[in-house]
Amino acid sequence: MEHLLQAIGILGPTRKNRGDVLFEGFLLLMALTLVGLVVFLFFELVLGSWPAIRAFGVRFVTSRTWDPVRDEYGALPAMYGTIVSSLLALAVAGPVGLFSAVFLAEFAPSWLERPLSFLIELLASIPSVVYGLWGLFVMVPLLRQVEVFLHQHAGDVPLFSCMPWGIGMLAAVVILAIMILPYSTAVARDVIRAVPRAQREAMLALGATRWETIWHVVIPYARSGIVGGLMLALGRALGETMAVTMLIGNRPDISLCLFNPAYTLASQIANEFTEATSEIYLSALVELGLVLFAITFLMNILARLLVLSMGTPGRR
Amino acid sequence: MKRRLWVLWLVLVWVLVACGGVKPVAKPNFDQGVGKLVIITGAGATFPYPLYSKWFYVYSKVVDPLVRFNYQSIGSGGGIRQIMARTVDFGASDAILSEEEKAAAPDLQMFPTVAGGVVVAYHLVDAQGQEVGTGLRLTPDALADIFLGHITRWNDPRIQDVNPDIALPDAPISVAHRSDGSGTTFLFTHYLAQVSPEWREKVGGGKAVNWPVGIGGKGNEGVAGILQQQPNSIGYVELAYAVQNQMAYAFIQNREGNFVEPTVDSITAASDAYAAEMPEDMGQLLVNAPGKDSYPIAGYTFILLYKDMPNCIKARKIHDFMVWALTEGDVYARSLLYAPLGASVEKMVIERLDALTCQGGRPVK
Repeated sequence: MEHLLQAIGILGPTRKNRGDVLFEGFLLLMALTLVGLVVFLFFELVLGSWPAIRAFGVRFVTSRTWDPVRDEYGALPAMYGTIVSSLLALAVAGPVGLFSAVFLAEFAPSWLERPLSFLIELLASIPSVVYGLWGLFVMVPLLRQVEVFLHQHAGDVPLFSCMPWGIGMLAAVVILAIMILPYSTAVARDVIRAVPRAQREAMLALGATRWETIWHVVIPYARSGIVGGLMLALGRALGETMAVTMLIGNRPDISLCLFNPAYTLASQIANEFTEATSEIYLSALVELGLVLFAITFLMNILARLLVLSMGTPGRR
Repeated sequence: MKRRLWVLWLVLVWVLVACGGVKPVAKPNFDQGVGKLVIITGAGATFPYPLYSKWFYVYSKVVDPLVRFNYQSIGSGGGIRQIMARTVDFGASDAILSEEEKAAAPDLQMFPTVAGGVVVAYHLVDAQGQEVGTGLRLTPDALADIFLGHITRWNDPRIQDVNPDIALPDAPISVAHRSDGSGTTFLFTHYLAQVSPEWREKVGGGKAVNWPVGIGGKGNEGVAGILQQQPNSIGYVELAYAVQNQMAYAFIQNREGNFVEPTVDSITAASDAYAAEMPEDMGQLLVNAPGKDSYPIAGYTFILLYKDMPNCIKARKIHDFMVWALTEGDVYARSLLYAPLGASVEKMVIERLDALTCQGGRPVK
């Protein structure tokens, strides 16, 4: 046992204490269990979706039809909805989060910073259903007025050219942005705080303004951490179910217009799973889960590559 | 270190004792005849859950204290799956069994217990700015065309003509439907399929369909929420839900040409009027029933039982309960806005219940 662990490189060459061997073996087991769970999950998803994979093949990810009566299923609208709503939410929450983080880390006096940080982190602990209810009864009426305004004054732009429902892609994007804000803000704030004082002081000593210091030194230094926070936020947005299903309109359609209803993979599964009785219907829903798993996995890999390509702090 | 070891041993001993060693307090004895508590498990439809809960409670308290019912409202699909897997004593479903399901479980029988209705609810403000209350009249083809997307404005002549005393606004119709699979959608879409050949062609009937237009809300609450938020919108919800939440709903024209208000009585009338065409397996779609007082968008909810039940004690209990529910449980049904079965249908169901057998052919009654 000791020799095995030494060979893997966990135990040092001179450690012979029984307790240590057991302990480190146990830790290895725990870690492998986690990996095993992910592999098992993937395996079960493939198993469950096998009838649908066999029946539809590649057509599943290119077809726009979702017809439970004729047993014709296509995931494209849900994939579109998931990716677009998450990316747009990130586009909104990213800058807002970053600038909030800069404010909290650099400018806010501590009597302000602590309660503000606490409140922002509190956003993360509000249940999804509560967000959905608040969104449906408070945010949507306000958003509808904004949409009507945009439709009247910028109705030629394809993004605003359809009927302003209130509920739809835009409502989902806004609620997702609010939900993922704490993730990007908290991580960015901590990373910015961790930038060494020497860097800042050197810049100031060269005659830079506060703004220039932050923009040209602090943020680039903290770049990889900020991107990591953004990717965490994106991951949350991709999987979000309840709030989105209450606000997105649940319509498997692809449309450029932001006011139109849409569908996400998670919402579609949550809506239809309990009543799906035919084998192919169930299998199609499990395949939606597999597609979501694959998308999340790919996004995470991209995130890793992005962070790695940014290099270690201090180097360009 | 020594104390920590002690605690660990103590916990281990406690776990072993709790799980294995000590003999439990006398458990109720299920299969040994008179005088023992019988527990009956069921699962399925959410629609009749409030009524079934009430029935189970009253029955256990007043009629037979030696029986307990345990019902999980996991949805019709779940109910069908569980009874087919024989993990529960009875199933419950708002939708009739499909051909696939009937083939997989040929001995499974459907017993209608009560009927419910689907109402067409709306949130409408007329041309003078007044809220339009319950009573808007809709013809079946206009209704189908609204949900197909052919009629897009409220003041379309096909709606205005049958509502001479309401000044309908010149506003677009916002359509709402259910995004989750449900018995309510099943009834509504099957009704539309019966009254509109185009709907039957393009969309069909089912618990979840490919809607031509409209926004999806999750559950009755989701649709009600959309209707409340969206001006000039129309959707469909269960009768009980609409009445309890004081929603405005439409009078639908039935087969005979009368605009009927959805009430418990008009649904029971539909059940009575359609009794003559009840199929052999009692899986009748109650939509578009004949009869001048019938409400057209109604449907039964079913309890699913095997023709030959595996346990005689439970079979007897279930039989007695169901006969009680169908005869004396009516008053509770009405108070909760469920429509009792028409008299002739009730007779048919009780006859079928009396014909149940158990454990290889012994008659239950």
